[in-house]
Amino acid sequence: MTSPTTTQLRKTALNAEHRRLKAKMVNFGGWDMPVEYSGILSEHMATRTAAGLFDVSHMGEIEVFGEEALALVQHVTCNDASKLAIGQAHYSGLMTAQGTFVDDLLVHKISDKHYFLCVNAGNQDQDFEHIRSNNRTGAQIENAGGRYSQLAVQGPKALGILQGLTNVPLDSIAYYHFTFGDVDGVDCLIARTGYTGEDGFEIYFVPEHSEKMWSDLMDAGSEEGMIPCGLGARNTLRLEASMCLYGHEIDDTTTPWEAGLGWICKPNKGEFLGREALVRQKEKGVERVLAGFEMNDRLIARDGCAVWAGGKQIGRVTSGSPAPFLKKNIVMAYVPPEFRASGTEITVEIRGNQSPARIVPMPFYKRAK
Amino acid sequence: MYPSDYRYTKEHEWIKVSGDTGTIGITDYAQHELGDVVFVELPDVGGKIKAGDVLGTIESVKAVSEIYSPVTGEVTEINTALTTTPETVNSDPHSAAWLVKVKLANPAEISGLMDAAAYQAFVSEKEASA
Repeated sequence: MTSPTTTQLRKTALNAEHRRLKAKMVNFGGWDMPVEYSGILSEHMATRTAAGLFDVSHMGEIEVFGEEALALVQHVTCNDASKLAIGQAHYSGLMTAQGTFVDDLLVHKISDKHYFLCVNAGNQDQDFEHIRSNNRTGAQIENAGGRYSQLAVQGPKALGILQGLTNVPLDSIAYYHFTFGDVDGVDCLIARTGYTGEDGFEIYFVPEHSEKMWSDLMDAGSEEGMIPCGLGARNTLRLEASMCLYGHEIDDTTTPWEAGLGWICKPNKGEFLGREALVRQKEKGVERVLAGFEMNDRLIARDGCAVWAGGKQIGRVTSGSPAPFLKKNIVMAYVPPEFRASGTEITVEIRGNQSPARIVPMPFYKRAK
Repeated sequence: MYPSDYRYTKEHEWIKVSGDTGTIGITDYAQHELGDVVFVELPDVGGKIKAGDVLGTIESVKAVSEIYSPVTGEVTEINTALTTTPETVNSDPHSAAWLVKVKLANPAEISGLMDAAAYQAFVSEKEASA
């Protein structure tokens, strides 16, 4: 076990609170973050059955302003931001000229002249630099991560718990929509978004109110079964819900078509970075595709394990873990398209043994509506 | 916290010696570092092992950890209950979650291991630097 020195790591405004709660802390993308409090299994199950509270203040925010804001967002991302209504958000990809991912992100339309981007912690600075260097039309951009804390309240009881701290009628905010309002006396951007496969909200606000917000949310939620959750449960929850994680399923070598993210890739919207490459790849067809599979026995495939079929290696595991709610061992990996059909038998090399697995449909987990 | 009649390794295994048999497990510190244990893989009974050999594997939700044998000998018994209830490693690491019993080939190896006080000091130092 390594314990990197924490001096040079960045800390969220809730760092002291996590340490008070005796969370296990890890270096995640240069941030000193809680990986678990009471245990990944209990945190995962609480989020599926009641609620979980996550400090995700390490996530980056980049704001784009001005007459040319939409043009810039359209130029650097693959989804069609012109389709967003004010108060609506969507998932998108920040693209290289090759049509691969600089990052994945959420794009929120605050007004015609103001877009709010939520990006991965470890990518924030390179994302900002990428957007800045492709800003040919003079939009104003701000690397705004330091101005926001972000908390995620996720799970079937998230709405009821958060509603106790705000007069904003939360059930009127549709999925992937947001509004501004007072939560616990603090001005917040309140978005009905998340990374767990559950209903829930992500709220953004100025960091100085973080400790009060956290403790008042915990007071409101603990009797409903809400517990603090770390990045460990965040990862198992997103994997069960088959959501991609940058650096695992997607990076600057993978395209939206390969990652099963064709639904966020809109070449018909007009010019954008990577469009030509993506149009070409679409015509030609992809050579690999992200697939989900279940292990047939109790062995657990981990990131990087080789995937085999027909006596040869066909890919590597991008994410593999026990799925605490499904009680199966699940895996995502890139495989050639001929292996993508559900039921296809493959094996995963685990500690030198070939462990049988089979392709299954994704998402592995989908909540009941 | 750490039983005084056990001996300990720097890889966080414990061994309790009774006659010519050593019972081996992982320490409370190790289970805490691993987090929720979901899978335990143990060697075959009758297998010969040397000190430092991989004795088995423990997997938590997040991580895989090899278990190294503190001693040389022959595996006489394994804790098959852990196959169905691996979480015992978290709840009772120093007793119910023993992993294997080994017939010691060289009992003198035990004296090279840490006693409880030395192990406590070893993990306190790790915790202080975390």
